[in-house]
Amino acid sequence: MSFADIQQQARQSWMRFARPDVPRVLVGSATCGRAAGALDVLAAFREQCADDPALKGVDIHEVGCLGMCYAEPLVEIRGSEGSSVLYQGVGVDMVPDLVREHLGRGKPMVEHAACLMAGPPVEGLSRFQDLPMIRHQLRVVVRNCGIIDPSNIDHYLARGGYSGFTRALGMDQDAVIEEIKISGLRGRGGAGFPTGLKWSFARKSAGDVKYVVCNADEGDPGAFMDRSVLEGDPHAVLEGLLIAGYAIGAGHGYVYCRAEYPLAIERLRTAIAQMREKGLLGRNVLGAAFGFEITIKKGAGAFVCGEETALMQSIEGKRGMPRSRPPFPAVSGLFGKPTNINNVETLAAVSAILEKSGAWYAKIGTEKSKGTKTFSLAGKITRTGLIEVPMGISLRTIIEDIGGGVLHGKEFKAVQTGGPSGGCIPAKHFDLPVDYEHLAQVGSIMGSGGMIVIDHESCMVDVAKYFLEFTENESCGKCVPCRMGTQHLLRMLTDIAAGRGRVDDLETIRKIGDTMTKASLCGLGQTAPNPALTTLNSFMDEYLAHIEERKCPAGVCRALIRFSIDAGQCTGCMACTKACPVQAVAGKKKKPHRIDQNVCIRCGACRQACKEGAVMVE
Amino acid sequence: MHPDEAGQAIDTILSSHSREREHLIPILQDIQERMSYLSPKALRMVADHLDLSENDVYGVATFYSQFRYHPPGRHRIKVCQGTACHVRGGGLVLDAIVRKIGISPGQTSADGGFSLERVACFGSCALPPVMVVDDKVYGRMSARKAEKLLEDLE
Repeated sequence: MSFADIQQQARQSWMRFARPDVPRVLVGSATCGRAAGALDVLAAFREQCADDPALKGVDIHEVGCLGMCYAEPLVEIRGSEGSSVLYQGVGVDMVPDLVREHLGRGKPMVEHAACLMAGPPVEGLSRFQDLPMIRHQLRVVVRNCGIIDPSNIDHYLARGGYSGFTRALGMDQDAVIEEIKISGLRGRGGAGFPTGLKWSFARKSAGDVKYVVCNADEGDPGAFMDRSVLEGDPHAVLEGLLIAGYAIGAGHGYVYCRAEYPLAIERLRTAIAQMREKGLLGRNVLGAAFGFEITIKKGAGAFVCGEETALMQSIEGKRGMPRSRPPFPAVSGLFGKPTNINNVETLAAVSAILEKSGAWYAKIGTEKSKGTKTFSLAGKITRTGLIEVPMGISLRTIIEDIGGGVLHGKEFKAVQTGGPSGGCIPAKHFDLPVDYEHLAQVGSIMGSGGMIVIDHESCMVDVAKYFLEFTENESCGKCVPCRMGTQHLLRMLTDIAAGRGRVDDLETIRKIGDTMTKASLCGLGQTAPNPALTTLNSFMDEYLAHIEERKCPAGVCRALIRFSIDAGQCTGCMACTKACPVQAVAGKKKKPHRIDQNVCIRCGACRQACKEGAVMVE
Repeated sequence: MHPDEAGQAIDTILSSHSREREHLIPILQDIQERMSYLSPKALRMVADHLDLSENDVYGVATFYSQFRYHPPGRHRIKVCQGTACHVRGGGLVLDAIVRKIGISPGQTSADGGFSLERVACFGSCALPPVMVVDDKVYGRMSARKAEKLLEDLE
């Protein structure tokens, strides 16, 4: 079958799916949706529709993530009247009403709705693209997430999928690389190396056998962009890998995906089988003189394997330890052969660039940081979720407009970008344009795109200690600066958090951090001190409060705080008494309670439980 | 599982993989999925199959945090300690579970009922704090909700 026929067939299948007069239900069933109970909701819709003879033909599909994770479970319903409405926070108990009113009677239930996705206007509902969270976004990488059924290749094909690859196939390999160079795309895994240049190195390397690898080992705690893309639109990534393979002359691609993402792996497996059916894999892809195969490798739980040389060791069945470069993977990589490694998001951008053009992509973003970037917004923010924005947008727009500001209207303190390799950006840089250069200027990094918002209830010493606990645990131990450096930094931060710190520790932290940055073997060790160094730069007063006054201003570090109950505000509701795991709270019903400081373990359960705000921390 | 039966199950897994070193980690993952942990005998059989030393196989396995060398509990509890979970009280959830079932992360309770693990990040950062019980993901947890969940399991 020719590609035109494949596309034609796909469009027919998509038309059936997208026809406005056919009622259907789409349940967002990526991992975040599932964590909020999407699978139970899905089952409830199936059951409810099966019971009603008039609704037997309704299409019920699982789709990926729209990025509005705070409102999960999200369900899109299109009734016979043709309006597709996105419902938020859908519970099993709401399903009978939604089925009866919207599917059955064609009356959207505005009170449960988030927005209108398509079709004739519904009073009281704004359209998806006009929502405050969506308005500032530009969806290139996540163009299909939440819109198509990720387990159906026809949906991807019908929306322009694989036309970028067929265009590449009609071009000279160097011309494909030139197209990527024109786009200005830089590696989205964190380091930001120009993708076109990277490809040209692997293309120029001598050898018949070459490899391309998709790095899907998204290990930064607090980052889930790659998971969402793999779960919501796996073909966008696989098409990028196919294009990379063609451009550098590789016949074999690997996807290295972390084992903690079982749904992403399942979606990839399905997608690869469908590619084979359509002739997009095999000895002659689409009949051309280009052969390509893809193998999935599951990670086994080692953060360092996100580093490219460690990742290749792991694919080869060895301990995932990095090695020094040169030789770079483009010269000697997987199994000693020239290898090109790109991250998930980079490859999903590649397929869009080949479909539209490098010049189109280069119009988006700033001078040196072109295109869009996905971020996962999490922490103390109102609208948590996955977003994609043009490079150069301000932090303020991301946090206030898209994210809806700090949770419960509290004061913004800092945002942590780049995970354990990144840093904390304080409030004074709120108007900073977000791109590679500006984030580096303030000592942080773009990283893979995790953004954790921190308010005044989080202690910066504790945050730095948290990240060092992580890197100390994940350091592979091969080089001394990283192995010993993370241990020493963690010991000092632990001492400071416990009230045993000394002022000269701060200078030692800077010195050790500097050595690690300069002398560590790989990115893990070179960037591991960043969380400590950036918090020291911006939040010195908090460190000094821990050391000199033995106080934790945010009320987090257990050794330095005590909880008490404000007798004036306590209503004696007993909520804290029930919540306390060690029976440290005493008091009669409707009388003010007291905390026995000798028994209290400072877990904060009482403070969480109190609805009156009567539990004080000092 | 009877030892002979276990040996047969491992043999079946081994025979589905060719003998290149590249297959070492997928083999260990398949065995753990089938047997729920890696026994000394399993590691020995893998070493023989790939013509590697047992030391080498054990060295690779212990590098990766996914692998276990003792049978897990009937209910496997994993608590996320990612950044988003950390700033939204993931530590309190873990502490509550430790108090409730009386074991530390990495341990299995004496009656074999529960095993507890801390995980760096599940990538469900929008619904913190997150815990996973027997592969089902639970979001927006609190110390109280976690205790309740465990009571319901018992």
